[in-house]
Amino acid sequence: MTTTATTTTTAATTTATATATTATLGRALNEGLRQAMRDDERVVLLGEDIASLGGVFRVTDGLADEFGDRVVDTPLAESGIVGTAIGLALRGYRPVCEIQFDGFVYPAFDQIVSQLAKMRARSRGLLRLPVTIRIPVGGGIGAVEHHSESNEAYFCHTAGLRVVACGHPQDAYDMLRAAIACDDPVIFYEPKRRYWDRAEVDLARPVDGDTLGRARILREGTDATVVAYGPTVAVALGVAEVAATEGRSLEVLDLRSLSPLDTTELCRSASKTGRVVVVHEAPVNVGLGAEIAATVMEHCFYDLEAPVERVGGYNIPYPPARAEGDYLPDLDRVLDAVDRVCAP
Amino acid sequence: MSTDPAPAAARADDVLRLVDPAGTLDERAAAGMLDVTGELVRGLYRDMVLGRRFDQEAYSLQRQGELGLWLMSLGQEAAQAGSIRALRADDRVFPSYREHVAALCRGISPTELLSQWRGASHGSWDPERYHFHIYSLVLATQTLHAVGYAMGVRYDAADSVVLTYFGDGASSQGDASEALNWAAVTSAPIVFFCQNNGWAISTPASKQYAGPLSGRAKGFGLDAVSVDGNDVLAVHAATRAMVERVRAGGPPGLIEAHTYRMSGHSTSDDPKRYRDHAELARWEAHDPVERVRLLLTARGWADEDYFATVASDAEELATRTRGECRALPEPSLSDTFRNTLCEETEALRREREGFETYLESFL
Ligand SMILES: Cc1ncc(C[n+]2csc(CCOP(=O)(O)OP(=O)(O)O)c2C)c(N)n1
Repeated sequence: MTTTATTTTTAATTTATATATTATLGRALNEGLRQAMRDDERVVLLGEDIASLGGVFRVTDGLADEFGDRVVDTPLAESGIVGTAIGLALRGYRPVCEIQFDGFVYPAFDQIVSQLAKMRARSRGLLRLPVTIRIPVGGGIGAVEHHSESNEAYFCHTAGLRVVACGHPQDAYDMLRAAIACDDPVIFYEPKRRYWDRAEVDLARPVDGDTLGRARILREGTDATVVAYGPTVAVALGVAEVAATEGRSLEVLDLRSLSPLDTTELCRSASKTGRVVVVHEAPVNVGLGAEIAATVMEHCFYDLEAPVERVGGYNIPYPPARAEGDYLPDLDRVLDAVDRVCAP
Repeated sequence: MSTDPAPAAARADDVLRLVDPAGTLDERAAAGMLDVTGELVRGLYRDMVLGRRFDQEAYSLQRQGELGLWLMSLGQEAAQAGSIRALRADDRVFPSYREHVAALCRGISPTELLSQWRGASHGSWDPERYHFHIYSLVLATQTLHAVGYAMGVRYDAADSVVLTYFGDGASSQGDASEALNWAAVTSAPIVFFCQNNGWAISTPASKQYAGPLSGRAKGFGLDAVSVDGNDVLAVHAATRAMVERVRAGGPPGLIEAHTYRMSGHSTSDDPKRYRDHAELARWEAHDPVERVRLLLTARGWADEDYFATVASDAEELATRTRGECRALPEPSLSDTFRNTLCEETEALRREREGFETYLESFL
C-alpha cells in the first residue's frame, strides 16, 4: 500500500537529538511535533491553550518557546481552527490542529467532512490539503461528559480523509511525523489514557510515508487474531498475555490506519488464524468493527473457523465516569469473546 | 500587553459600578435603578458567602478524590447572585457549567450539583422544577437553546424572560454569534449574560476578541451594557433593568460582567503556567464579598451577630455538601440503557439484558 505522502522532510532529520530514549506517548508526540517543525518551517500549530500552557495534556509543551508564533493560541472556536487551517494549507503551510478533547470536534465537523475532505476531489486533484487534526480520544481517565468519546466512525465514513490512531510511544512519534508530511488531510487520534505509557523511542527514525497506511503485527500467534487500535492495543496485548498462560496463542494486530484499512495485513492474519476478535472503545453499533468483520468475511470466508466477534462500547451515550469500567472493553470481556471464537 | 483587562474595564466610564471596593455606595448612580435596602444587601451577601463556601468545599472534595473534577467559581459570586436574584422564579435560565452560586440560589441541592462532577451522572436536576436547565459542557451551545426556548415563550404569549450564561471564551464560538443574531431577528425575550472572568483556561480575553462584547451585541441589534461584575448591586441593578425592558417587549439584551476567576480554570488546571501572582493580588483587592461586607457594616445594616450567623449557615452547608456527596449512589449502566431513548427498543433491551447477565456472572 502506498501513500501520497511527499517526502519533503525525509532527509532532514540530521538535527542533533538523542537517538533512543524512554519516553511517554505524550512526550513522543511532543518530540514528533518538534522534529516536524524543525524540519519544515511551513509546519504551524493551531489550537486552544497550546502555547503558554502547552495544551491541556502538555503535548505542545515548550514548542512556543522554540518556534514563537508558529504555535498559535487560537480563539475558542473549533470550526475556526479547522477552517483557517484549510486556508493556511491553500497558502502552502502544513497546519497541525489540536482539538482539545474528542467531544469538541463536532463544532468543526462541517469544515472537516464538507470542506477539508472534499476539496481535493472537487478541484479535480489540483489542490492539496496537508492538514493534520490531532484529537485526544477515548475514555478511561474518569473524565466528565464529552471528554471520553470515540468518534472515528464518523470520519472513516467520509472519503478524502485519512484516519489513524497510534497505540504506543514509537508509533506516536513515527506516525505523527508521517501524518504531518502527508499531503492529504489526516485525522490523528491520540489515546488519552495512554499518554503516560512509557517505552523506548528512537527519535532518529526518518519520516516513512508508508507508516501511515500499515497495520502491524505486535505479537505472533496461531489460535486467533485480536484486532485493536489506539487505546485498546494495550488491552489486546494484555489479553494475549493471559491467554498464553492458558495455553492459547493469540496474534495481536495493531490496525494503526483506520481509513484506509490495511486489508492485506488484516486478511493475512485472519486467514492464518481463522478466528478474529475486534476490540474498540466506540459503540459496536455501526462502528469500525463492522467494517473489519465484513472485510474479513468477504475476503477470508473459506479460511474462517468462527464468525468474527466484536467487543466494544454499548449502543448508549458514553456513561458517567463512575460507570465507565462497565462500558469499556476490558480483559474479561475480550477473553470471553476469544473463548467464543475458539470454541470447537 | 495587559492580560488584566477587567480591572481596566471596570474603571472605564461606561461600566456600571454602584459600590466601590471600599464599600462606598454611589447614591446618585443607584437612585432610580435600585432601592438599596439593608434587606436586599444582606440577602445578596448571604448568597455569595454560601456560594463561596460551597465552592471551597467542592474543591476540597475533589482534592480528596471524591469528585473527578471541579470548576471553581471563586470570585464570580457577585456576577451570579446579582443576576439570578434579578429574575422571577419562572424566568428560565440556561447556564454554562460554572454557575454554582446561581444554581444554589435557585434551590438546587449540593447533591444535585455535585453528581455530575463526581461522575455519577451527566446532569442530575430537573430543569422544570428549578427553571434552570442542566449544565452544558460544550461551549456556547446553550445560548442557542436559550434563544429557541425564548421563541417558545413568545409563541405562548407568556411574559417570562430567558437568561443564558456564557463566558468570554465561549463568545468566540460560532454558536454564540448565531445566537445573538437569531435573538435579534426574532426579538426573542432573552438576556445574554457574559461572565467575562478574563481567562478561557490559559487564553486571556484579549486573544478572544479585539472589540468589546457589548459592541458586538449592539452590532447585531441587541441592547447591551457593561457592569463591574464584582459589584453585586451593579450587576443586580443592570440585570433587573434589562430583564424588565425585555419583559416589556424591548429588544433582547446582553450584559457583560467584568469579573475574575480567582482560582484556576478547574482542578486539572495549572494557572501558574500562564498567570502571574500580581494579577491575582490586584483582583483580591476587588473581592466581591468583602465589598458588600464593608457596605453592610458602614450602613449599620448588619452586626457581628449577623455575620456570625451567615458564617455558621455556610459551615452547615459545607457539612451537608460533604455528607451528601459521599452518599451519592453509584451510577449503573443499566440506567443509561433505559434512558437512551424514551422507550427502550427491543435491540437496546437485549443489549442491556446481555450486559446484566454478564455482570451477574461475576457474583
Ligand atoms: C466546544 C468546546 N471546545 C473546547 C472546550 C474545552 N474547554 C472547556 S472550558 C474552556 C474555556 C472556557 O472559557 P470561558 O468560556 O471564558 O469560560 P470560563 O471557563 O472562563 O468560565 C475550554 C476551552 C469545550 N468545553 N467546548
